[in-house]
Amino acid sequence: MVDLWDGLVQAFWLVVTLDAALVEISARSLRVTLSALAIASVIAMPLAAFLAVKRFRYRRAVIALLNALMGLPPVVVGLLVYILLSRSGPFGVLGLLFTPTAMVIAQVTIIVPLVASIAHQSLRDLWHEYHDLLISMNVSQGQKMRTLLWDARRALLTAALAGFGRAIGEVGAIMIVGGNIDHATRVLTTAIALETGKGDFALALALGFVLIGLAIAVNLAIHSLSRTEREGRW
Amino acid sequence: MRALFPLELKAAETARRGQRLVGPVDVRLEGAGCTVVIGPNGAGKTSLLRLMHGTARLTGGSLRWGCGEAEARQRQAFVFQQPVMLRRSVEENLAYPLRARGVARGEARAKARVWAERVGLGAMLGRQAPVLSGGERQKLALARALIIGPEVLFLDEPCAALDGAATRDIEAILSEAKAGGTALVMATHDMGQARRLGDEVLFLLAGRVRERSPAQGFFEGPETAEAQAFLRGDII
Repeated sequence: MVDLWDGLVQAFWLVVTLDAALVEISARSLRVTLSALAIASVIAMPLAAFLAVKRFRYRRAVIALLNALMGLPPVVVGLLVYILLSRSGPFGVLGLLFTPTAMVIAQVTIIVPLVASIAHQSLRDLWHEYHDLLISMNVSQGQKMRTLLWDARRALLTAALAGFGRAIGEVGAIMIVGGNIDHATRVLTTAIALETGKGDFALALALGFVLIGLAIAVNLAIHSLSRTEREGRW
Repeated sequence: MRALFPLELKAAETARRGQRLVGPVDVRLEGAGCTVVIGPNGAGKTSLLRLMHGTARLTGGSLRWGCGEAEARQRQAFVFQQPVMLRRSVEENLAYPLRARGVARGEARAKARVWAERVGLGAMLGRQAPVLSGGERQKLALARALIIGPEVLFLDEPCAALDGAATRDIEAILSEAKAGGTALVMATHDMGQARRLGDEVLFLLAGRVRERSPAQGFFEGPETAEAQAFLRGDII
């Protein structure tokens, strides 16, 4: 209980005094996660729309696979990305291991199936509603996909926010591929793991509260900007 | 540009999961006035309309437009019994078919505003379409279908579940479209509406055309016993 209180107090002072180290790792956390989310959304949303609209032979298998990959163990993803990016790996020449880029790659790999699966649920329901109309209007496959993505944009926000939540709280994969290097790849989650390992629970808790606050702030900001929960809007 | 009509169905059939919904049907439409498709529930009215429109698969026989199928799809529109509203504003719903055909945004929006006024939705341009009333939704669906200037408009019971005032408004729009040269092919259960709008009648029973006559002749003295029974209100 004392640790919890100490953590809250320390978190308060870290934020109020704009602690330089905290600002640095918070900014890095946000930069890595938002980059991963943007890339994952660009991959996952069109994929979800394609799966909603297009009928092809292995469609159900692809959907089942995506759903299964939602539970992909982050440590395994981290290990695979590590092997691919390590000096002896196929992409070792790029020198990306232990950089924020490697962390983004790992996060993208983890959240693409999650975002695509949740997005697909929304788009499938909307496609069921729009099917006859869009077929009747004789619009192209690309137009159908764009229409679904635009009209379901607020529902897709939920998918993106789920991806954001998963990515910003991720520690296992980015610890492996990032290495938790101070001033280079240290982010909030890896810093929490480090401080916990050192036995500084108060600081670890303080960083945890900052992480939660950051996640809530980003969610509220996105909801506010996209004007969800307004009457008569989707 | 080749003429859209005639539309010619020869022994045309459509089936779903092995069950024949319509056919074999032999019909030739010349594309003038309003063809009313009537018949009891399950007769195949909606399926026939969808078959003609190209949204139901032809599983037997043939269906030919005067200009070829791909071009014909661009020159027709369909209004559903339950109008599907895009989750957008009234204006965006109206502009959608134009934008899908490559019309510039400004021009599409200007046309949308004109059509919204024509169907009495001018004051609702910014309102979200799915929250409109049933009558307003059907007017919007009709305007969205007519905005592309279709040469033929298929209507599947467009006034089902609408009150008298909304039905009158819809019929006024349809009459105007007909006068403007758009051929109408409409399925309806409303015999009063069929009399008011129809120029010819296709009477369907069990997926087949049992009688085809000019509307006046059909309602004054149908030839087949089934059509006579249907008009009497008997259960057939």
